[in-house]
Amino acid sequence: MAVREQVSLGAKARERTAEPGKGIPWGKIVRYFGVAFVVFVALAPLYWTLVTSVKSGLELNASPPTLFPQTFSFENFINDLSLSTFTHALINSAIIATITTILALVVGVLCAYAIARMKFHGKGVVLGITLSVTMIPLIAMVGPLFVLFTGVLPIYNTYVALIIPDLVVSLPITVWFMTSFFRDLPPDLEEAALVDGATRLRALWEVIVPITAPGVFAAAILSFIAVWNDFLFGLTLTTDERAQPVTVAVSRFAGEHTIPWGEIAAAAVIVTIPLVIVVLFLQRRIVSGLTAGAVKG
Amino acid sequence: MAAQAVEVPTRRLTLRDRLDLGSGFLPYYLVLPTVLVILAVAAYPILNSIWLSFLDNPLSPSANFIGFNNFAQLFRSNEFRTSIGTTFVFTIFSVALETIFGLGIALLINGTFPGRGLVRASILVPWAFPTVISAQIWYLMYNDRTGIVSYILQQIHLLPAGGTLLQSSSGIIIAAIITDVWKTTPFMALLLLAGLQVIPTEMYEAASVDGSTRFQQFWSITLPMLTGPLVIALLFRSLASLGVFDLLYILGGNQVQSMASYSYNYMFTRTNLDFASGVAASVVLFVFGLIISLLFVLLMRVTRR
Repeated sequence: MAVREQVSLGAKARERTAEPGKGIPWGKIVRYFGVAFVVFVALAPLYWTLVTSVKSGLELNASPPTLFPQTFSFENFINDLSLSTFTHALINSAIIATITTILALVVGVLCAYAIARMKFHGKGVVLGITLSVTMIPLIAMVGPLFVLFTGVLPIYNTYVALIIPDLVVSLPITVWFMTSFFRDLPPDLEEAALVDGATRLRALWEVIVPITAPGVFAAAILSFIAVWNDFLFGLTLTTDERAQPVTVAVSRFAGEHTIPWGEIAAAAVIVTIPLVIVVLFLQRRIVSGLTAGAVKG
Repeated sequence: MAAQAVEVPTRRLTLRDRLDLGSGFLPYYLVLPTVLVILAVAAYPILNSIWLSFLDNPLSPSANFIGFNNFAQLFRSNEFRTSIGTTFVFTIFSVALETIFGLGIALLINGTFPGRGLVRASILVPWAFPTVISAQIWYLMYNDRTGIVSYILQQIHLLPAGGTLLQSSSGIIIAAIITDVWKTTPFMALLLLAGLQVIPTEMYEAASVDGSTRFQQFWSITLPMLTGPLVIALLFRSLASLGVFDLLYILGGNQVQSMASYSYNYMFTRTNLDFASGVAASVVLFVFGLIISLLFVLLMRVTRR
């Protein structure tokens, strides 16, 4: 919220400084070309994915490649969706990402609330721990987890085997995002609830959470995307469609003689487009979430 | 809360007094689950990793402690040293390019123009792509015959006819860097954009009154004010790049390994006897990350002064 005010303030000031330039506004022209180029580069691979996904047969192997599809068919999508390894993997990913996100939210929101709005010792330590966890290379956790999950705790190739390590990714995101969100709320909010005789926890659930619902939702999206995009844990801690996430399933697409590009592209569309749509709608919140920790320190 | 306080035995009052900064014990209870989860799901595996790296065969029930043997073997291995080189080349180039482009894009989209929201949303698209999927899409575009990127590079004679970046090790690293820069520059740009937007505009106004040029303003106001977010962004990106796996898993095949893909290959694609060596490699990667984090902490101390 505070960010938005600063945006508009900064924008006004910059408009003022931009005005004096008379004649041809070269600055503006350069900026528009720059912006157009950046948008082009950002979106071109997405376009290529979409185009490849609707091409079929010979056109997929055309050299040089066709910039606009000459043929148009949903064959690749139909092939993907009739493949049980793919559909199972889609469901697996959805379940794993949803459960991990909910767990991370339940645990992380409490932690973030305490950090942002209460006084206690070791606040910096807690924040420091959650941050430093994100710096551990994931590959360094895979070995022990594999040994543990195939031995003493036999949960290899189950949802739980992925939910546990995925929490390492999603919990810090939730804690950092929600901490900055709670900090932005006016301080007298829960005091009003406390006056009414509610306990602090009830104040949290009945006053704070409804107000921060959009923030919680954005944190959920960030966490969901992070878990959905996991590849390494899925690759090493599952073997088959019982628990394999969709990222791993797509990486295993293989044809008899050639790589099935059309089907891979169609799968990429199916896996990515929901995320892209969410990102388009929640762009402002996601940006503030991504940048929450860095700017406020 | 009040009732609880009365029931606490007198000798524990001192501890309570010490911990209670006005909110009672509640904040400790609220924080506890997160701390426990993190200790269980992150601290345990990483500590256990270090232990496993000192064993000869962690997958066997009768594994023996062999001290630093695994590490000694690793550093004698050409393959591992090459993977270190690949990882650092990848990290240095991708992070440097991401920072430069990210800063450029941040400056470009800082301000008002029609469609700004749409522009910000569209540069978020690469970020939303799962890394391994983006690697596959770029792999398709790098294909020697049907890939659009290879076709363009062939047309402007950066590649011979029928050539592709993926035919040599250095080409694969370049391809991985390009893909990584495409995927993570938006993150960098948005982070720096957020940093730009908290710079008070009065500073620029004062500078304009003093008659300083745009470029002078950039050097004397923008860049110094951005150091905080910039250093944090650099730290995050460097550590993430050091751990690069998905990209080279797809683009590198068996030809080009990062430290993470070396670890993976030894842990999961070879015999049980190679497992320990893979774990040891991942521990080396972890230690490199630690050292770099410490350097960044020092750097932050210096820049804050």
